[in-house]
Amino acid sequence: MRLTGAQALIKSLEMQGTEVVFGLPGGAILPVYDPLIDSPIRHILVRHEQGAGHMAEGYAQATNRPGVAIVTSGPAATNIVTPLANAYMDSVPIVVITGQVATTSIGTDAFQEADTTGITMSITKHNWLVKDASEIPRIIAEAFHVATTGRPGPVLVDLPKDVSNQMMDWYWPTSIDLPGYRPTIKGHPRSVAAAAKMIKQARRPILYVGGGVIRSKATEALGALVAKTNIPVVTTLMARGAFPDDHPLCLGMPGMHGNYTAITSMQKSDLLITLGARFDDRVTGKVSGFAPEAKIIHVDIDPAELGKVRKADIPIVGDVRLVIEDLIEALDKGEAGEQVQEDLSAWIAQIREWQDKFPLRYEKDPTDGTLKPQFVVETLSSLAPPGTILASGVGQHQMWGSQYWRFNDPNTWINSGGLGTMGFAIPGAIGAKVGRPDKMVWAVDGDGCFQMTAQELVTAASERIPVKIALLNNAYLGMVRQWQEMFYDERYSEVYLSPDLPDYVKWAEAMGCVALRVESPEEVAPAIEKANEINDRPVVVEFRTDSREKVFPMVASGATNDQVDLGPLFGGDL
Amino acid sequence: MTSFGTSVIPMSMPGGKNTSGVSHHVLSVLVENKAGVLARVAQLFSRRGYNIYSLAVAPTDDENFSRLTVVVDLESATLEQITKQLHKLINVIKITEINPLEAVQQELLLAIVSTDAQSRSQILELADIFGAKVLDVGLERLTLALADSPEKLDDFTELIKGFGIVEIQRTGRVALAKLSRSGSRSGITKGKAS
Ligand SMILES: Cc1ncc(C[n+]2csc(CCOP(=O)(O)OP(=O)(O)O)c2C)c(N)n1
Ligand SMILES: [Mg+2]
Repeated sequence: MRLTGAQALIKSLEMQGTEVVFGLPGGAILPVYDPLIDSPIRHILVRHEQGAGHMAEGYAQATNRPGVAIVTSGPAATNIVTPLANAYMDSVPIVVITGQVATTSIGTDAFQEADTTGITMSITKHNWLVKDASEIPRIIAEAFHVATTGRPGPVLVDLPKDVSNQMMDWYWPTSIDLPGYRPTIKGHPRSVAAAAKMIKQARRPILYVGGGVIRSKATEALGALVAKTNIPVVTTLMARGAFPDDHPLCLGMPGMHGNYTAITSMQKSDLLITLGARFDDRVTGKVSGFAPEAKIIHVDIDPAELGKVRKADIPIVGDVRLVIEDLIEALDKGEAGEQVQEDLSAWIAQIREWQDKFPLRYEKDPTDGTLKPQFVVETLSSLAPPGTILASGVGQHQMWGSQYWRFNDPNTWINSGGLGTMGFAIPGAIGAKVGRPDKMVWAVDGDGCFQMTAQELVTAASERIPVKIALLNNAYLGMVRQWQEMFYDERYSEVYLSPDLPDYVKWAEAMGCVALRVESPEEVAPAIEKANEINDRPVVVEFRTDSREKVFPMVASGATNDQVDLGPLFGGDL
Repeated sequence: MTSFGTSVIPMSMPGGKNTSGVSHHVLSVLVENKAGVLARVAQLFSRRGYNIYSLAVAPTDDENFSRLTVVVDLESATLEQITKQLHKLINVIKITEINPLEAVQQELLLAIVSTDAQSRSQILELADIFGAKVLDVGLERLTLALADSPEKLDDFTELIKGFGIVEIQRTGRVALAKLSRSGSRSGITKGKAS
């Protein structure tokens, strides 16, 4: 069968089971948009290519399947750089196809030419510049393979226009030949056995669970491990939902804005069983003072994470799910099997004491009647049906989202962790809803973030993607305001945004959304209930929240995790 | 970069520094011989904050593969991190760390030295002692070539400096593990990936 390169691309995407692509056409990608008309693949026309990239990420994070975006060359390719960097940081499998100028023009500064593979080299797992149409099926197969296996991540295929138009003989590769790419899946049995023994000997163990547990679909295995060992779990920002918040052994989020118990239990632990987490600086605080008494078991599919920040006593390279399953077996075998597990009751009692003394706290009934953002998120969480997906932007609202939402399922928290990309929420939520139309999808967004990617609500309205946005309008770039208040003597520099410029309700309505404004605590629940009823178009609920509210607890940048600032409701430092 | 056509690509010049310094490690990296591979390797080093001291690249006996001999400056990171990060590149097939003490290393030096009637014979004598070749002769200049261990090249450079070096160029070293006395090869495994 003779096909053009463009037809071969679309057919290759179909072969990969692609059901939806997010994109926006232009000159260099024009040939690809023609066969798209005849394909069963759904195309979602975004309003900015950054939106396409984040939608692909939201789709992938909600479904554990690769998200696909197609954009043109030059400015479109550079517009999608941020999502690629974001996906690289958070190990999100996306496949981005960019148009490129004709091979005969490459290197000549042709119209809309950018060195896309060069620009994206350090923010993709791998990228390809297609030189001949006959390479297309092979490269697409390789691209999906690389994106979705090992440590997942973004890949990019740059497709010159003349290659799209070139004829080729269709084939589909039966195998993938990448001699330099063979991820280690199975943990070394001896290390696993040693880890099992160490777990049984630990008196103050903590399961330090990261986003890798979600990516490797290890949440069931993790549940079984906890059931067997009774070890408490902390879930990092990327791992919220990997272990249910409703489980008594779930301690919630550690790190800079984690809760006191999650932070302190890691800090006082004698064994951190690290599963698909990477000792990010937002988790460890000052590394030299992090969990000083803890031995480390570190399981990750990416060997480069082992020993990168903190030396592991037992490093295990492998797929987290498989390693946990092996670990569960190893606990009953050999030397570990003969060992009786230490009694954890004193440790758990200590943890309960911290939880009682230092819970997350905010002012419930402020005398001035202001609306507290934490109250909004808490109410939202309690009124959302089980399994609701929450997407988030970046800032204070993100931290409140992570702290006050009850996560009980994996793939229900869609946020930008590693890169901290403002504006992620709206396109992230749209992608998630496209991938999981059966689920309700809310986004918690900030006013700053909203203004960065709001245009995608037009996409959502026209494509009938009924996402719901809880806009926490505090009239500020709140997170930056918080730092200026706390660390720059309340000298506020360029953080004020205004509560009513723009008029979010009018703006949302103009974009085809239902829009509601909430100014007082009594209005919160009714507005959410009303939004929950709407299922045929996007909804924006603007909550006018207290500008002065800060995120606590907080471990200041550069401090160790022994210095948790619990905020004014606890009378300051501990 | 479109191919590994040239036999050796110097990345950074030793500039008189001792090339056998203990902080340097030699990595022999087998890569797919594909467009852009050198750029990926070089970019990885700069992005992770590692310093490449010298780099030599050429296709192996199987032209689907190339071998990079990278001398890394170890003050910037641990060798283990560098190696692991390099391994993450899809086109990198195999990395072997070569301990300089257990390796044979060679590097090529080209130098233009200024001469006069009087110094010419002294220079030629030096060249003879070191086994350097005279590649080109001008009225007041000589072009010399020396292929030897990096240390020998350092020594030679030191000695010809006195006569006036007009220009000097080094390639960066290539290295192979020393043969084991008991007969079988140690260190580098050859060519193709398993
Ligand atoms: C693209 C981008 N630019 C700048 C920042 C730095 N930054 C982090 S949080 C923040 C404020 C976010 O404001 P808003 O969306 O209103 O959220 P809030 O903190 O007020 O909840 C800024 C500017 C960022 N993370 N991303
Ligand atoms: Mg704000």
